[in-house]
Amino acid sequence: MVGKDKVGIIATVCNFFAENNINIVDLKQTTSQGFINMMMIVDTDLYKGSIEDLNKGLEAVGAKVGCSIKAQHEEIFDMMHRI
Amino acid sequence: MVELNEVFETVNMVAQENLDVRTITMGISLLDCIDPDLDALCDKIYSKITESAKDLVRVGDEIGSEFGVPVINKRISITPAALIGGAACKSKEDFIRIAETLDAAAKQVGVNFIGGYSALVQKGMTQADRLLIESIPVALAKTERVCSSISLGSTKTGINMDAVRLMGDIIHDTAMATKDHDSLGCAKLVVFCNPPDDNPFMAGAFHGVTETDKVINVGVSGPGVVKYELSKVRGQDFEVLCETIKKTAFKVTRVGQLFAKEASKRLGVPFGIVDLSLAPTPAVGDSIADIIHEMGMEYAGAPGTTAALAILNDQVKKGGVMASSYVGGLSGAFIPVTEDKAMAEAAEIGALTLEKLEAMTCVCSVGLDMIAIPGSTPNTTIAGIIADEMAIGMVNQKTTAVRLIPVIGKDVGDFAQFGGLLGEAKIMPVNKFGCADFVNRGGRIPAPIHSFKN
Repeated sequence: MVGKDKVGIIATVCNFFAENNINIVDLKQTTSQGFINMMMIVDTDLYKGSIEDLNKGLEAVGAKVGCSIKAQHEEIFDMMHRI
Repeated sequence: MVELNEVFETVNMVAQENLDVRTITMGISLLDCIDPDLDALCDKIYSKITESAKDLVRVGDEIGSEFGVPVINKRISITPAALIGGAACKSKEDFIRIAETLDAAAKQVGVNFIGGYSALVQKGMTQADRLLIESIPVALAKTERVCSSISLGSTKTGINMDAVRLMGDIIHDTAMATKDHDSLGCAKLVVFCNPPDDNPFMAGAFHGVTETDKVINVGVSGPGVVKYELSKVRGQDFEVLCETIKKTAFKVTRVGQLFAKEASKRLGVPFGIVDLSLAPTPAVGDSIADIIHEMGMEYAGAPGTTAALAILNDQVKKGGVMASSYVGGLSGAFIPVTEDKAMAEAAEIGALTLEKLEAMTCVCSVGLDMIAIPGSTPNTTIAGIIADEMAIGMVNQKTTAVRLIPVIGKDVGDFAQFGGLLGEAKIMPVNKFGCADFVNRGGRIPAPIHSFKN
């Protein structure tokens, strides 16, 4: 997630995950010069929808808080950055 | 555990640097479709392709969406059609029926190209090979998605100059048959020396006879990513330059490996290879010529370009080899002219010539690719250009290819447009001096001495 920082961004995103039965496993976040960068690792085992549904939901949440939010399978990062 | 900067690096590669998986190509053997009855043969071909690849496009899109890296093309390669049609096809028209069947099957499963309307004639031509080759102009004009490739030489066999000479005519005839569309048919026709059996890229993909029944091959991309990484090490020495390309190629290839394994698992088809190629597109920033510029040349084609391309090709392989369990295909940097916006610009201003491109093919993975030439170029000159390129491949024990587009009705400086990933470019000048007496000799150029390794 990237965007302009303001009150309630993380709360809104976390609420979305809670409402959709998605467990947050890890969270890393920095803010710099008024911008927020955040990465969450979440467990979607109990989530009913597809990755497209999840991305659509996150897009709506992102529009609400003024951020760009994308979900990608964790393995892509492991593959690209780990031997 | 994944780090924040790694996530953003990957996301930026896709969003800003055009990282994508260029193609997931399913190779399908049609050897079990062979039948002396043409109707039965076409039925079997259609059934086998549409059954084998029915989920290919859906699975490719699903994987792209799940991992956040788009899969641009989903394609099919088949056993060279001259082998499949030999028993049934007694005329050019019979072979065209096969081409139409392939086109219909490709449309049914939703792939944008199907490769393998091919003949392997590096040593000699059977009657079926000749009929297929002679059918190419009409076959490519009548179909939309069929790609054709002809192997004309190899390090082991030498160069079949009869076939080289014939292809000079066939390329011209294909241009004529599609002259209303800037001779677009020639963009779907490539000739090879030492073609790989497992190339996932078009127009040259075919499913070699040494392959298994079905296989998944993946072609990666990423010139934009390499260019961006190189922009961070401007002015630094060659060690830094090479390490940067190598590390980037590793990351890009890992994406290909992941996608290949996933596609293989979900489709229930064995994983073949990852092709480590840097394949440009006409999109701004997705260019090999831009990388060459970033390495220090004013324009691609300036002195130093061949050395720069040699570095790029070698480092891509060194980085990529460790990232994938099986590599194959063409694996290296592609230098198509019309498909690479900055390459087309370099050609337009005269920085890049046909002769320089020929030199560049000595050190990269393919050959003279997607070059628009005057429609009036003599057939013998086209054959001469092919012979030169085949000789480079034969002597250097590497793949080389020629995909020239003589644009009928247009001349040097005119604009040729092919649309989509095939791009556009101004027509390049060709050496005006003749070679007819050479290419008309007929026969075969013997294999070079260093091919005798047994």
